[in-house]
Parts: sequence; C-alpha cells; structure tokens
Amino acid sequence: MFAVVQFPGSNDDRDMHFALKSVLGAPASLVWHKAAQLPPDTRAVLLPGGFSYGDYLRCGAMARFSPIMAAVRRFVEAGGFVLGTCNGFQILCEAGLLPGALVRNRDLHFVCDFVYVRVERADTAFTSRAHPDQLLRLPIKHGEGCYFASSELLAALEAKGQIVLRYATPDGAIVPAANPNGSVGNIAGIVNEAGNVFGLMPHPEHAVEPALGGTDGRTILGSLLDRVKREAV
Amino acid sequence: MSQSNEIVVDLQLAREHGLTEQEYACILEILGRVPTFPELGIFSVMWSEHCSYKSSKKYLRTLPTEGERVLQGPGEGAGAVAIGDGLAVIFKIESHNHPSFLEPKQGAATGVGGILRDIFSMGARPIASLDALRFGPLDDPRHRHLLRGVVDGIGGYGNAVGVATVGGETGFHDCYRGNILVNAFNLGVVEADRIWRGKASGVGNPVIYVGSKTGRDGIHGASLLASAEFSEGSEAKRPTVQVGDPFTEKCLIEACLEVMATDLLVGIQDMGAAGLTCSSFEMASRASTGIEMDLDLVPQREAGMTPYELLLSESQERMLLVARTGAEAKVKEIFERWELDAAVVGRVTADGRMRIRWHGKTVVEIPVDPVAENAPVLDRPLREPAEQRARQRLELGQLAVEDNPAAALEALLDSPTLGSKAWIYRQYDQLVQGNTVLGPGGDAALVRVKREDGTPTSKALALSVDCNPRWCWLDPYEGTVAAAAESARNVACTGARPLALTNCLNFANPEKPEVMWQFAEATRGLAAAARALGTPVVSGNVSFYNETAGRPIYPTPTVAAVGLLEPWERFAVSHFPEEGLAILLLGETREELGGSEWLALRRGLEAGLPPRVDLAHEARLHVFLAEGVRTGALVTAHDVASGGLAVALAECGFAGPRGVRVGCEVTLHQSLRLDVLLFGESTGRVVVASREPEALLVLAQERGVPAVRIGTTGGSSLRIAPSRGTPWIDAPLARLASIWERALPRRLETDEAVGLLRSEVL
Repeated sequence: MFAVVQFPGSNDDRDMHFALKSVLGAPASLVWHKAAQLPPDTRAVLLPGGFSYGDYLRCGAMARFSPIMAAVRRFVEAGGFVLGTCNGFQILCEAGLLPGALVRNRDLHFVCDFVYVRVERADTAFTSRAHPDQLLRLPIKHGEGCYFASSELLAALEAKGQIVLRYATPDGAIVPAANPNGSVGNIAGIVNEAGNVFGLMPHPEHAVEPALGGTDGRTILGSLLDRVKREAV
Repeated sequence: MSQSNEIVVDLQLAREHGLTEQEYACILEILGRVPTFPELGIFSVMWSEHCSYKSSKKYLRTLPTEGERVLQGPGEGAGAVAIGDGLAVIFKIESHNHPSFLEPKQGAATGVGGILRDIFSMGARPIASLDALRFGPLDDPRHRHLLRGVVDGIGGYGNAVGVATVGGETGFHDCYRGNILVNAFNLGVVEADRIWRGKASGVGNPVIYVGSKTGRDGIHGASLLASAEFSEGSEAKRPTVQVGDPFTEKCLIEACLEVMATDLLVGIQDMGAAGLTCSSFEMASRASTGIEMDLDLVPQREAGMTPYELLLSESQERMLLVARTGAEAKVKEIFERWELDAAVVGRVTADGRMRIRWHGKTVVEIPVDPVAENAPVLDRPLREPAEQRARQRLELGQLAVEDNPAAALEALLDSPTLGSKAWIYRQYDQLVQGNTVLGPGGDAALVRVKREDGTPTSKALALSVDCNPRWCWLDPYEGTVAAAAESARNVACTGARPLALTNCLNFANPEKPEVMWQFAEATRGLAAAARALGTPVVSGNVSFYNETAGRPIYPTPTVAAVGLLEPWERFAVSHFPEEGLAILLLGETREELGGSEWLALRRGLEAGLPPRVDLAHEARLHVFLAEGVRTGALVTAHDVASGGLAVALAECGFAGPRGVRVGCEVTLHQSLRLDVLLFGESTGRVVVASREPEALLVLAQERGVPAVRIGTTGGSSLRIAPSRGTPWIDAPLARLASIWERALPRRLETDEAVGLLRSEVL
C-alpha cells in the first residue's frame, strides 16, 4: 500500500493519490499527519507537494514535527521507500532524511513550467523504468526549489552517486540555461546513501496522463511501484 | 437600548460615514430613534455602493439571468450552472481594485481569497482561477512595482491555497495610472443537488463563526475604500486593506467542504465585504428570520475591540454557519481537526430582528428586512460625454497607409498589452489538482472536471476573460458587446459550447452623469450580447469610483465566459502544432481600423468607431467551431483580436509549448488597404488550421460561416503576401518570438538588476 501523507496545507496530496490509484492502479490511501503510525500494510510513503503549515517559516520546517514524521523516520530506518516531491522534498531535507537544503529560487520568483531532467542514475528504486541519461519532461512549480549543498557535500553526493536527476536542455545538456532555479549542479532530485529515500522538485504526479502534461511522470512512480511489487513477491 | 460608548450619532457623523441626509432620515424612521454608533456603521456599509449596488441595480435588473441550465443567478455568493450528469459549476468574477492600488500584494491576494470563499461557501471545490489586470504604462516605476506586487499576491495566495490559475488577461494604458484594476475569477464544481445557500433558517438553530479570528483589519473597506473616488490622500486608507492567509483559507476550504458533505448545516456564507454584519443580515433576510448574537463569543485576535470594530472588520478567511440544533459539537470537531476556530456566537430567532449584545448590553437592534428593503436605489442622471462623437471621428482616407508592415508587426508584438504574458503566469501554479488541459497563453483555458471523490468525468470547462477598454471608451455599447462576444468566442475556439457569463463592471464615479451613461450603455450591450449568444449572466460585480483626482479609467466591463466541452479529449489548440496544415480565415474582414492597437501604436490615435459585432454570426460561429472540433477536422482555432490577423498568425506560430514553432505562408487577396488586412480588428474572425480543409469549407458553408483558405503552415518564417507582388511580411519566427517573449521581461528586468526597492519607488 502507498501511503500519501496529508499535512495541513498539502495541496498535491489528492493529485498524487489520483496518479497512483486511478492512473497506475496502485493501492493508495491518504494518511493524516496527526497519525502516530503508518498503516500496517504500508510499502511506500509519499510526501506530497504543497505549502505545509503555510510554509511561513522555512518550507517544511513545521511539517517535520508532525507526529507522522516519527513514524516515517522509523519506516526509513527499517529500509522502507519514501518519495518526497516539492514540499515533500523540502520536508525530507528539514527532517534530515536527505542532505542539503532547498532555498529561494535564484530569481526570487515562483516558477511553474515544464522542464527536462536527465536521469543520472537508472538503477535506483525510483528510476528503474528509465535508462541512463534518459530525458524526462516534467512540470515544476515552486518558489524555493534551489538545491543548496556545500562543496564538500556536493562532492560526496557525486562520489556516492546520490544525484538522480539534473535539469537539462531538451537535448540533454546540463548547462546553466537549463537550470530553472539556481540549484547547485543543476540538481533536481537526490537519494539518500541507502537509496530508499528520494526527493525531487519536479512533480511526477502531474505528468501521468497524455493530454494533461504527458506521461513521463509514470517512469518515476511506476519504478517505485515495480520495486514495491517485487519486494512483495 | 444602551449606548456602547461615548460616541453620539448625528447627521454630521452619518455624512462622514458616506450616508446622505435622506438616507439618515430613513434610518431614523426604521429605528424610531437615533442609531447607536455600531448601528450607524452597519447602515453605512449595508447601504454603501459596494454592498447595495444602489447606482447599478436599475441596470443590472435588465440583464438576462435565466436559462434552462441556470441553477442560481445573481443574489447569492456566485452563480450556478448545470453541466449534466448531476454536476454544476459555480463561478464569479470580482474586483479588488482599490486595495490593490494601495497595497498590491495583499490587495490582490485577498481578492483571490475573497472570490474563492464565494465559490466554496456554496459547496463547490474551487478548481480554476483567472485574473483580469490593468495597469498604467510600464515606463512608470510605480506601475512596475504594482505589477510585481499584484502578481506576487495572486501567485502567493493561489499557489499556497492549491487552486490552479489557468488564464487571464493583462493590459496597460495610461487611464489606469491612478487606479489599477485587479479582477479575480474563480470556478468550482459541485454536485447539483448539494449547492449551499446563505440562509439562516430554523428558529433556535445555532449561528457558528468559523475560521480566522477577528482583528482590526479592513474596517470600512467596503464603504470608504470601494465606494469613493481616490485622491492623493488615499494612501492614508492603507489600514483598510486586509491581510490574507492562504494557509488558513486552504484549511477552511477542506473543513467547509467536509462539513457541507454532512447533514449538520442549514446555511453558510462568507464574511466578505462588511464582514460579520453583511453576512448575518443577508442570511437572516433570505430566510425571513432574525439573529441574536453575542459579540463576546466572537474569536478575537486582539483585546479591547469595540462592537463597531467587531461588526465591521473585514478580517479574511472567516465564515458564518447556521447549523442544526444539537450539531454544534460535531461541527466544532471538524473545524478543530483543521486547527480552525469554531464558536457558537448566536441563535436564529423568529422576530426578524438583528439583536447584538456586547458585555451584557444590547448594542444593536435593527429590524432585518427594512435594511434590505429600504436600501437606496438610485436613478442617477445620465449624459453622453460632450466629446463622445468627436472621439468616434476617423477619416480613413486621411490616414497614411502603413509603409512598413514588418516594423509595425514587431512594434505590436513588443507592446506590453500584446506581448507574451509568460513572465506573469509562470509565477502561478497552473497545474495543481491535475486538470489543466490548456493553461494560460491561449484563447481559453480548458480544465477537465473530476468529481469530489476524484473520479474523472468526460467533461471539461473552457474559460476566458476579456475586455477591450479602448473600444468601450469609444463606444461603451459596442465595446461591451465585443467583450462578451470575444470571451464566448475564445471559449468556442477550444470546441466548447459557451454556457454562461459573469462580469466585473469597472467604471469611474457614478455621480458623474457621463460615467453613468457609459454604465447604462455597457449594461445594454452586455444584455444584448448575452441574449443573442444564449449565455445568461449568472453572477457579477460592479466596481465604481475607479478614478483618482478626477481622472477616470476607461469603462472596463470585464466579461468572463464559461463553456462546456464533452468529451474533453477532442479539443482545438490555439497554435499551429505541425507543418502542412491548411490555414483558413473565418469571418469577414471589414474596413475597420477604429480603436485598433495599430492605430494607437503607429499613428498615436485613439479614435474612430470600434469594429461592429454581428451577434448572429457569432452564434453561428460557435456551432461551427464545436462541430469542426468534434469531427476532428479542426485542429487549431485562434481568435483574431488585438493586433489583427498578422499578430494572430504570429501567435499561432509560437504560442505552443516551448520549443514548438511553426511558421506559415499566407496569401491575402488585396481587396482592402493592407493595414486593414494585416492589423484591422474586425470581430468574429478566427484563424483555423486543418488537415481536412475541404470538409471544413463545406461545413462552414452549411453553417453560414464565411471561410476562406489563406495559406499553409510550415517553415520557420511568418510570410504574408498579397496575391501579386512582394510579401508584406517575411520574418523569421524566432526573431518575432524573441520580441514577443521579451516584451514584459525587458521592461521589468532593469529594476531587478539595480535592485530597486519599494521604498525607492514610492
């Protein structure tokens, strides 16, 4: 079962639930942030986009203290898969489940657009349906999606292969012009060292229907579904 | 009746509250005594222009508001229209002009918040927003600041509250230098048999206050800010602007939809303009009941608030509920789960009186019905402006023909009004809720409909908002007909059938007969168009007093159309998606240059009669477009609007998804002067592209729509040539696209580079 966590102020929660359940046919349910436990049959946790608690403090800084986050942490420690998109990525960084931080976009404006990201690692639980260097067309919509890491951290991320997605041009070049928010190294998504926690700024749940943003988001959500299914066998 | 404080009411104080001597006399008669200070406050807002529509009511009554699909016309928070299969849409557009001029970010944000509450207070989940914005010229640093602030406010609120902003329009003109316009539209979807209304019925039922606590913000926003002209001293009114909290609104939406899905409530209404006062009076009035309320029970943000302040505060994100007796605890439980205040503040009574207590004393006791029934209705004098006829004079014969069409096209594409609005809409979440088939940048937005449980339907809604203020200034009747026709035409360009209209009538000071004449003409035009197109006006808003220091805005009757497309998977786009398509021009090009962008930009003239609208042709066009899309013959449909055919063809070339640029070769029969052919703005025309032009031409003939094949898509240039001779325009699309895309950024980036701060600008 896919548990989509609802914080007050989450607003892509229903969309993530829809993408998983109605489009990909995965068992999914919404879990309220006040819950102390994840449902017993949880196989993966999704932290959706939105503005948890209004994001009046740093994005995700309040949500990390929600009761459900202790359960999510235990789930991660037990090897469970967690995927955070946008605000979910911010919450994972605030909670220390992913390294680095997400700060205000370079040009200080919120940006909503379709971008291309290049798959740097096709061997993770979240990208197995992709091939290395595959380009995915996904939407972004955030004001604070500029990924920041110190040069030491960045070197470590590179060395350990934790960088999964980078913003790219439509022909796959990783150049500043393709970077929508000023992220270091054009980073759009990273995994933790253990490879079971993935955070990304793009919204795969908004790219699962052909006439509504295309279907490249299925590559990410479908990879996770495949992995969960495989573990269940 | 005990006085709540020292302030003694007299005619002088009533005048300071914007009431006339006659109105004050009426208050004395209704009460049979001198009003208390809070009572005076109540009358002043309930009878303000903003709340009572006293100047406009006479004309609004003439609008067609009924139709077989209309479930709710004007009078509630918003209008409701059935879309089949047990579903309905609820929508409205509303102004937040004066607050946005004083404090652009909060003014625009609370404009969005307010319109959202009008929609979800009727039980609908808000799914799509549009915004119609007007600013002064961007060479004025103040207007660059206002544009940034307004966009920041709309995005900041709409993005956080989780409702997609899918379209809108933005224009720039000197007439808005002292008074910008911010009109916010929202649409929601609801089960048709679950539409809620603001009714306080059932004697003894509890009146419950939910949402944010009441503070001192926005007091007299409706009466002082929205119902008077601006002057140089208006800056001092900044405290009347409210502050928005989208997070609370998001929680309020979820909690309200949750409680409305139960059988715990009998009525619900937003606390908008005039706050607690207006909502409680309207709810009691609709149910022919009374309400008694204790102000000490109202959740308060700060200590020491007076009854006057509590009653008139326009603090945001608040709702008034009337629940069934005994349901109080369950209602509270739902709101507490969303961490929102919910407090029983009173009861419904049978005596038709509003009785309000504070600190154990009755501070207000007013009979409900007389306040509404005796609300003033004015028949203000009208006068056609003396210079109106002179404005309309334009001798085409004495006007030099455009001698550099390519330069003219570039100038048009570079103008802020015609240039790309991507700088604006990229700051809005266009996708949340996962229904956006066509987002901003095209003729109309297209939004797929899901049921509340998330089940997708086969329906989509097409939305567009339009107005050409210059046309309305030159001829308010024809200009308003054109605004309604254009928004319906834009909706039809997707393949959708236009269902209904909503409008936001932005005008100057109604106390001036010339302004009232413009208003009367505009509403006459709106009524005519709505009737002819079969699209009733189901909701709307009037914003008067849009003038500063005696400088009025152009009449700006913004019209939004909503259309239905089913099945939604078949729709037309407003760009050329591929090469090799036949291009057809629908409609007739007449020798019309009056009021055109070309005339203003290239000849410095705002004159002439605006293009006429043939409403019968428009109605035929709707049928043709819907059929063309349904049969699959019609791939692209793009309305020819400001800038004429040349601009429309350029937009078709580069308004698609980023990176998709398709040029075209077009040949025009030289029957009229070339600037009319290229830049004339004759209405009722649509550029369409098709793989099956023959079938489409046959269909056009059958439906009585003039259609002529003018060219083919392909190549990387825009090439428009006369049937004989050298091309008038032969320009690389990449160059034109770059001019168009840079129109706004190039005017805004200079400030960002030098880091101009707000304090330096103002």
